[in-house]
Amino acid sequence: MKNKTRKTGLIFFPAFDWAISETHPEREERLLYTQDQVLEEGLLDLDNIREFKPGIATYEDINRAHICVPDAQSITTQSHLISAGGAITAAQKVLTKEVDNAFALVRPPGHHAMLVAHGARGFCNINIEAVMIEYIRKNFGIKKIAVVDTDCHHGDGTQDIYWNDPDVLCISMHQDGHTLYPDTGFINDFGGPNALGATINIPLPPKTSDEGFLHVLDHVILPILDDFRPEIIINSAGQDNHYSDPITDMCFSAHGYALLNEKLAPHIAVLEGGYSIEKALPYVNVGIILAMAGLDYSAVREPDYDPDKIRQSMDITRFIESESQEIILMWNDRYNMKAKIVGSAGYVRRSKSIYYDTDGIREKQMETVRVCNDCGGLVMIESAADTGKKIFAVILPGTCCPECRRNGEMFFERLSGGQYNHIYFQDREKDVFIVK
Amino acid sequence: MILGIDVGGTHTDAVLVENYQVRKKAKVLTDNSNIMASLLAASQNISLQENLKNIKRIVLSTTISTNAIVQNKIDRVGMVLLSGPGLSPATLKSSTDSFYVSGYINHRGIEIKPVIEQEIKDTGEYFRNENIQKIGIVGKFSTRNPQQELSVAKILRNNNRQFSLGHRLSGHLNFPRRIATAYLNAAIDRIYNDFVREVGLFLREIGANIPVYILKADGGTILIDQSISYPVQTIHSGPAASIMGVLATTAIKEDAVALDIGGTTTDISVFADGAPLLEASGVTINGNKTLIRGLYTKSIGVGGDSIICIKNGEILVGPLRDGPAAAFGGTYPTLTDAIIVLGMAALGNPQKAIAAIQPLAAQLKTDIISLSQSILDKAIAVITSNVRKVLSAINNQPVYTIHELLEGKTIRPQSVYVVGGPAAAMAPSVARSLGYPYHIPEHSEVTNALGAALARTTAEVTVLADTEKEVLTISEEGIFRKIPHTFSSAQAIEAGKEALKQRVLRMGASIDDLEMEVTEVQEFNMIREFYTTGKNIRAKIQIKPGLISACNIG
Ligand SMILES: [Zn+2]
Ligand SMILES: [Zn+2]
Repeated sequence: MKNKTRKTGLIFFPAFDWAISETHPEREERLLYTQDQVLEEGLLDLDNIREFKPGIATYEDINRAHICVPDAQSITTQSHLISAGGAITAAQKVLTKEVDNAFALVRPPGHHAMLVAHGARGFCNINIEAVMIEYIRKNFGIKKIAVVDTDCHHGDGTQDIYWNDPDVLCISMHQDGHTLYPDTGFINDFGGPNALGATINIPLPPKTSDEGFLHVLDHVILPILDDFRPEIIINSAGQDNHYSDPITDMCFSAHGYALLNEKLAPHIAVLEGGYSIEKALPYVNVGIILAMAGLDYSAVREPDYDPDKIRQSMDITRFIESESQEIILMWNDRYNMKAKIVGSAGYVRRSKSIYYDTDGIREKQMETVRVCNDCGGLVMIESAADTGKKIFAVILPGTCCPECRRNGEMFFERLSGGQYNHIYFQDREKDVFIVK
Repeated sequence: MILGIDVGGTHTDAVLVENYQVRKKAKVLTDNSNIMASLLAASQNISLQENLKNIKRIVLSTTISTNAIVQNKIDRVGMVLLSGPGLSPATLKSSTDSFYVSGYINHRGIEIKPVIEQEIKDTGEYFRNENIQKIGIVGKFSTRNPQQELSVAKILRNNNRQFSLGHRLSGHLNFPRRIATAYLNAAIDRIYNDFVREVGLFLREIGANIPVYILKADGGTILIDQSISYPVQTIHSGPAASIMGVLATTAIKEDAVALDIGGTTTDISVFADGAPLLEASGVTINGNKTLIRGLYTKSIGVGGDSIICIKNGEILVGPLRDGPAAAFGGTYPTLTDAIIVLGMAALGNPQKAIAAIQPLAAQLKTDIISLSQSILDKAIAVITSNVRKVLSAINNQPVYTIHELLEGKTIRPQSVYVVGGPAAAMAPSVARSLGYPYHIPEHSEVTNALGAALARTTAEVTVLADTEKEVLTISEEGIFRKIPHTFSSAQAIEAGKEALKQRVLRMGASIDDLEMEVTEVQEFNMIREFYTTGKNIRAKIQIKPGLISACNIG
């Protein structure tokens, strides 16, 4: 065997009594066959694999990562608190060194949930990785974190939450947004004015197979991680890139997922999407668990696996090679970009329209960021949804300079009810959350 | 009346029980080379012949299977394994007599790759050449569809061969454990059947025509004739008998902990609402993790004969043991010696106990009484901290539904039951440390025999109904049949209960002891492309370990 075995924690919470709706893909049955395969392989009996019961996240944990409208209680159910709690448990077990790495095989998923959350979008209510990351920062004093999102859909929620944070590197590889929900995640989406390069998007053409994913890993993701030097690496381990997934159009295999995980060597993996619940998930999950534990995964194969049938075209290979080069050039140029993009502005604004497909809500946002060379910058968001709710939020970054802090506190002080249902103050540095 | 006999490695104990009361009890040395002689000797000591006509049943607990495995007195077994994709076979334990062959059933019970007849025949040829007659056949997911295991057995069938088929030994998932279980079942087949023959001779000798039962690892009984194909179920019969003995001599109705403090170890077991807990996955024996249903016990290396030593100024109790306590002529100071020095037990030779403890006291510059107290305190601390660990592990077992996570049962013991030699000396302090009262059951010297005598027949069935495929599987009973698309959870449970009833009646259960419990039932809508295509229904139904009901007390 190539690898030294590692101690791997498994937080398995299939929520067998929860579904979004009766025939929704995010359903009770989703992890049933994964559980069957994990049990039948006897993985939980292996000396270096330990299963842990998930904890339950608190509203306080959620309020560190989100501005929930009207509040965290209203947009979550017990299932969300447990899946976020499962991710937190994974982090605790790794950071207290009980295990070397951990996989939170939990549902419901979270990577489409954005900073301001009026409801559920893309099957997600709250961003379980972000809730976990803020928990890690508060409790373990860790600053630099990288999230590598290998779900087939753009990790737009995680990107949104860390858009202005230079200390959290969000890399998302996904099926091209021209061909798949949520229609975003292009290479020019590169982070906020004070955090350029901390958001990396790698859109891939439909039908990309193992070769393409691994090329991007070797030529884009791993080199960028080497430069960024995160203290921990998190994998948002969506499994809908699989060739049998019913709602996407990619050609990744269980073996490819395991190899990717082995090379990426994340400290924590958190399950995201993946809806080929019989043909893919049992094998992909067993492959990932074995790879994390440093065990031989060479015999993990889908029964119908045929590499020739799913191999990507030469065109795709060429496209991915050139896109990879382009992203690396942007990455190398990231420090020079600010002047070009920001110019002499003191504040930068962007407006966004967000659609909550799961809950059918439309939201309009205006985000204002203070241009700052000393921190991620003060962020202010005005958000109005067609539910009639309009809010304003003042957000101080995880590391906040005195000038941004003074400005933020002053704005919050001056703002008064009037046109807003609620005004929020989220101080990620001092862990303060106030609503008025 | 019921005759209970515990054939232990050292002693054979017998009790005659009438109306839940012990009428007679006896203890003789076991002659391991002549089990029948031991059975006869124990019987004579309880005047069996006079009572023979009143005896309704005989129940045996025996360490024969456990010892065969621990002492490696087992037969060579040929294993035919149908693995398919997953964990690499190289990661699994196997011997030169194990063959991974083609054939694969997936998690739904669908055949993905067929068995290749010639490959199996070639394997059979190897078994013939090597004169291997005990054969284990185990397929991955065979509990979901037993057809491939059956067809391999059919190809290999001949008069001399004995087969252990994985799906019949347990309905639970876990391929490596299923392999170990089938392997051990085949490996002890001969030695166990020799034992059954000895019991037959004993019955003929005493002229009895009474049903004879054997105690299984899960604290339940099975008719001896029914046990011969599945001998592996009788491993850990000893610890199971001890736990059932506590149940038989007390009236546990609550959450409780039981401690069996023996010579070498203390065995911790746990009761939930008066029922002994089972191992979550199965019994582990001699490092082999199996799927055998067994009562939960955690053994820790502290017992009466544990050697006391001083390391870096700290007192250590066990886990080593080398012969009896000094007070009984042993070489080393032991926990029992400390108890004797403290005057808490009038046993053996107190002078020898003092002489053994004395040098340790000198080493620590203290007196023998203080040291003996410290030794006892230390032993109690080790035991109670392990009890807490056990409870915490049980209460933190992962669960898979929101309902269970938020409202699942938590074990909160109300009492601790203590049996074994040092019970009287240790129980009060153990109870004080744990914070709940103690009880010392009566007849503790024959607990095992009594537990066996009063145990009822237990079993479990695992039901899987897949209405998309229209198949019902009850692995333990070999049921694999067609069902209509409309099959419901209620029907699945009904089918399971019927199968369980047939199973336990065949095993020798009384019609009055069929109290069934549905331990698990889950129903999943199977959704393919946004349409419901069927239901995946899973249920487990058991008759849990407990005492036979009053109507069966002779
Ligand atoms: Zn997805
Ligand atoms: Zn600043």
